[in-house]
Amino acid sequence: MTTITVTVNGVRYTSEVEPRLLLVHYLREHLNLTGTHIGCDTSQCGACVVHINGVSVKSCTTLAVQCDGAEITTIEGLAHDGQLHPLQEGFWEKHGLQCGFCTPGMIMAAADLLKRNPNPTDEEIRHGLEGNLCRCTGYENIVRAVRYAAEKMAAAPAAD
Amino acid sequence: MIPAPFDYYAPTSLAEALTLLQQHGDDAKILAGGHSLLPAMKLRLASPSVLIDINRVAELRGIKVNGTVEIGAMTTWSAIEQHAALAKACPAMADAVSLIGDIQVRNRGTIGGSLAHADPAADIPAVVLAVDAQIHVEGPNGPRAIAAADFFTDMLSTALEPGEIITSITFNSHGPGESSAYAKFPHPASRYAIVGAAAYVKMENGQVTACRVAITGAGPKAERQPAVEQALIGTDGSADAVAAAAAHAGEGMEMLGDIHASEEYRRAMCKVYAKRALLKAIERAR
Repeated sequence: MTTITVTVNGVRYTSEVEPRLLLVHYLREHLNLTGTHIGCDTSQCGACVVHINGVSVKSCTTLAVQCDGAEITTIEGLAHDGQLHPLQEGFWEKHGLQCGFCTPGMIMAAADLLKRNPNPTDEEIRHGLEGNLCRCTGYENIVRAVRYAAEKMAAAPAAD
Repeated sequence: MIPAPFDYYAPTSLAEALTLLQQHGDDAKILAGGHSLLPAMKLRLASPSVLIDINRVAELRGIKVNGTVEIGAMTTWSAIEQHAALAKACPAMADAVSLIGDIQVRNRGTIGGSLAHADPAADIPAVVLAVDAQIHVEGPNGPRAIAAADFFTDMLSTALEPGEIITSITFNSHGPGESSAYAKFPHPASRYAIVGAAAYVKMENGQVTACRVAITGAGPKAERQPAVEQALIGTDGSADAVAAAAAHAGEGMEMLGDIHASEEYRRAMCKVYAKRALLKAIERAR
């Protein structure tokens, strides 16, 4: 067992973990943060995307021990004071989901995309979400949701 | 899917990592970005009993560009992708890196890890061959440099000796009249190359005076394409000359065939993508 200290959504945790424990299992089973989903488990579908030190990664392909000392943000950490993040609002307003399974990963990947490119074209949004698969929507409304968030964030730059 | 148990070490210096590798020998694997190794461990295709994570070895990260480009082995694809001076010094590298996997894969995956893994469908082997890069390694017998042309020995096999770790990759920045490009046919789900072609050209007084082309994805390992290069050198680099030269792509190469693309199809795509990469490189070089 190895001891790790991580900050997840602003809360500091110190845990004893097996080196082989994947970050996604640590988040879901040790911290009960089940918003991060496991889809393909082969690094392709993006349902498990979280941010490590502000950068989007697939948590099914990262070991929890690798995150010792890191700041992690999951979908649970996006809303502040009961106020949805513009991306969460965008997915709501533009019907960016049907079953919702891919949504947490989509939103976390889109958040990273908007940080690098606050005003992406539709093509850049599609390219930026290449690592996230959705079996329901056909992606059209996901692109609209991200565009909605980009416009909203440009109009009123958020603290984060 | 859960990997088999292993002991985990996270050294903070190259010297420490080399010592650990020496101590644990064949039982140990180096963990770089982990985007080939961890999936293999989850599928139990690999079950190392010791994992030496070199992500905290800061000396292995970073990009320097002047007359020479130097990329630390643990530099992520994202860092390479976002480096404007590097994109100018070697457009083929920028082309290839922007097409690797997806953003999340590029945020973790590293150039050294990819080279050491030598996946037959990885993009970067074709680029390092086309720019004639040197791959610098360090091991129990000290540092040495391996020419890219000698590095890939077979499918998933390289000239790395046991106990050696890749430290950096170097190659010349393109000078006047020189440029490069990478073109690929990606697998639609994984984004690995079904066929990828990297091309480097030098144009002087309207003539192609130097050329290197390499193909990845098609065969068990990435390979230079001498017949294409010889056919193009001395021509004016016109579309016709490129098409005639690219028709030699894949010659003498063993082809892989699978449910995604047959051997015959891959052989045909070698010509198509060699042509596309060359045309783009020549256009940039003019």
